[in-house]
Amino acid sequence: MTVVNAVLQGIFLGAFYAVLACGLSIMFGVMRVINLAHGDVAVLGAYVVFVIVQGTGMSPFVAFVVALPVMILLGYLLQLTILERSLKSGILTPLLATFGLSIVIQNLLLITFSPDVRSLGENAGAVTTSSWQVTSGLSVSTLGVVILVVAVIVFGALQLFLSRTRAGWMMRATAEDSDAAELVGIDSRGVYARATALAVAVAALGGLFLAIRSVFDPVSGPTQLIFAFEAVVIGGMGSLWGTLLGGLALGLAQTLGAHINPEYSALTGHLLFLAVLIVRYGGGRVSFGTAR
Amino acid sequence: MRVQRWTRTSKLFTGATLAIAVLLATVPLVFESDVVQKLTNLLILVLLAAMWNALAGYGGLLSVGQQAFIGIGAYGTVFFAGLGVSPYLAMVLATLVAGAISVPISFLALRLRAAQFAIGMWVIAEVISILVRLDQNLGAGTGISLIQLNQYAPNFRQAYTFWLALGFTVIFLSALFFLLRSPLGVSLQAIRDDEDAARSLGVRVAARKRLLFVLAGFGCGAAGVLIGANTLFIEPGSIFSVQWSAYMIFMVLVGGLGTFEGPILGAILLFWIRTTFTQGGPWYLVGLGATAALFALALPRGIWGTIEERLGLRLLPVGYRVVEVTGEKRSA
Repeated sequence: MTVVNAVLQGIFLGAFYAVLACGLSIMFGVMRVINLAHGDVAVLGAYVVFVIVQGTGMSPFVAFVVALPVMILLGYLLQLTILERSLKSGILTPLLATFGLSIVIQNLLLITFSPDVRSLGENAGAVTTSSWQVTSGLSVSTLGVVILVVAVIVFGALQLFLSRTRAGWMMRATAEDSDAAELVGIDSRGVYARATALAVAVAALGGLFLAIRSVFDPVSGPTQLIFAFEAVVIGGMGSLWGTLLGGLALGLAQTLGAHINPEYSALTGHLLFLAVLIVRYGGGRVSFGTAR
Repeated sequence: MRVQRWTRTSKLFTGATLAIAVLLATVPLVFESDVVQKLTNLLILVLLAAMWNALAGYGGLLSVGQQAFIGIGAYGTVFFAGLGVSPYLAMVLATLVAGAISVPISFLALRLRAAQFAIGMWVIAEVISILVRLDQNLGAGTGISLIQLNQYAPNFRQAYTFWLALGFTVIFLSALFFLLRSPLGVSLQAIRDDEDAARSLGVRVAARKRLLFVLAGFGCGAAGVLIGANTLFIEPGSIFSVQWSAYMIFMVLVGGLGTFEGPILGAILLFWIRTTFTQGGPWYLVGLGATAALFALALPRGIWGTIEERLGLRLLPVGYRVVEVTGEKRSA
């Protein structure tokens, strides 16, 4: 029964990773860019919610809705100030620039909020503590179900947005071929800015879940980025539903690893990621010396 | 027209570089031990910057995971010293192990490109870090001291470590220098300028990249060995920290990506910043991150690359230049 429990926990954890990874997947899909500050953006979102909760005493879920416009604005700014410039100059520049940004965000958070570990679990009310006892060995936490349902809604809504709305068509056209999209009158700058704003908003949702389900501090970002990127790669880069499945696979690998030994949690996730890379890119030729 | 390798400046400067290396060797005989320790730190930075530049500047491989090799070097020293090997021999062995491990890692890592390579290397560093934390003999998560180095009096120990650092720096920078000057170097610079074009002209891109990757594995391993010997205490949280990658990126971007001299300049700058401003404070890291991002966006060739471009200056002869010869006969 405990294995069944571990699988269930893995699915809930995986849904959280899928939400974290969603923004990374959107930006890669539309702009072919990986934002190395993505994890820090999620943690920044957690801090914005934290500040609102501290100031007003409202529920973190309501505070997130208040924080959303701020995060969307930050997404636009990120695109207009850093990403737009870096997209023009080769594949390494966006990585270098966002890595620099990642260090800046972490240390500004450190200066503003001290290195203390925080959590919003207590502020979120009964949702974090309640659970359904199915059998003696199996209980389903309400928060896990909430995150899973929200994850499915987020991915479903994105699917509808991309397939049914005009803005979604423009985004897909730009992702397919930005020059051709420009020719038919689509402003790719605007599309990129909207994609980044959307990615930052969903990252903040990931930050909210991080803050409620566990703890966070100013340097939590890099770990979130690694897990999010692993989910994107496991699911197949450029595929939105793949990212949801990749997140679930990563969550399952981690909880099943932790089931064997609690210290193996992150390790089994990393090993799944590396195994997927080997299988997916394993067909290439090996060359060391003179053979061409 | 003729093709020229050496210029007057580069002859002068290469001579000066050799003279500086010889002068540096006398530092432990002349200066106090805290100066020796600081200069060891500078040499470590120079070595790290040059190795990261070899990967990113010439191979187009942006790694956020070179701390994997730094950690292997440092923990390798602890491992061999624990077996009873003399500490300085343990350091050389640990460097060789770090380089050797980079070979199998390269077969996985070099299949990846851009962001996948960058984060893939980071994950590999995390995996090695977790494996170290699981090993009680290596001090697990709490760290371990290099007690075997206590058999030397402190100023002798610092002198030996400095000479080892100088030796490693000279060896690895010379290796890179001669690699870039060799026929292989021409293909490396072609890959730097345009990988696809180089491949279409018959350059064996994968093999060349592997050469750089293994060189950087050795070099970063050597740097890790020296970091351990200089601090005497190793802890997985700091030796496998992604902050090493941040320092390397800063030094190379500010100095000049894809130039030989730039990373050395970047290392001297970071060393100067670290000794001038309070070490490790968060504002200092905000400054480093912001400067690196600004250089990536606004001055991608760095300080040295820009100087080289504007003035046509070349201090160390790693490339070729075409010069107009006065009175040359124009014939077909």
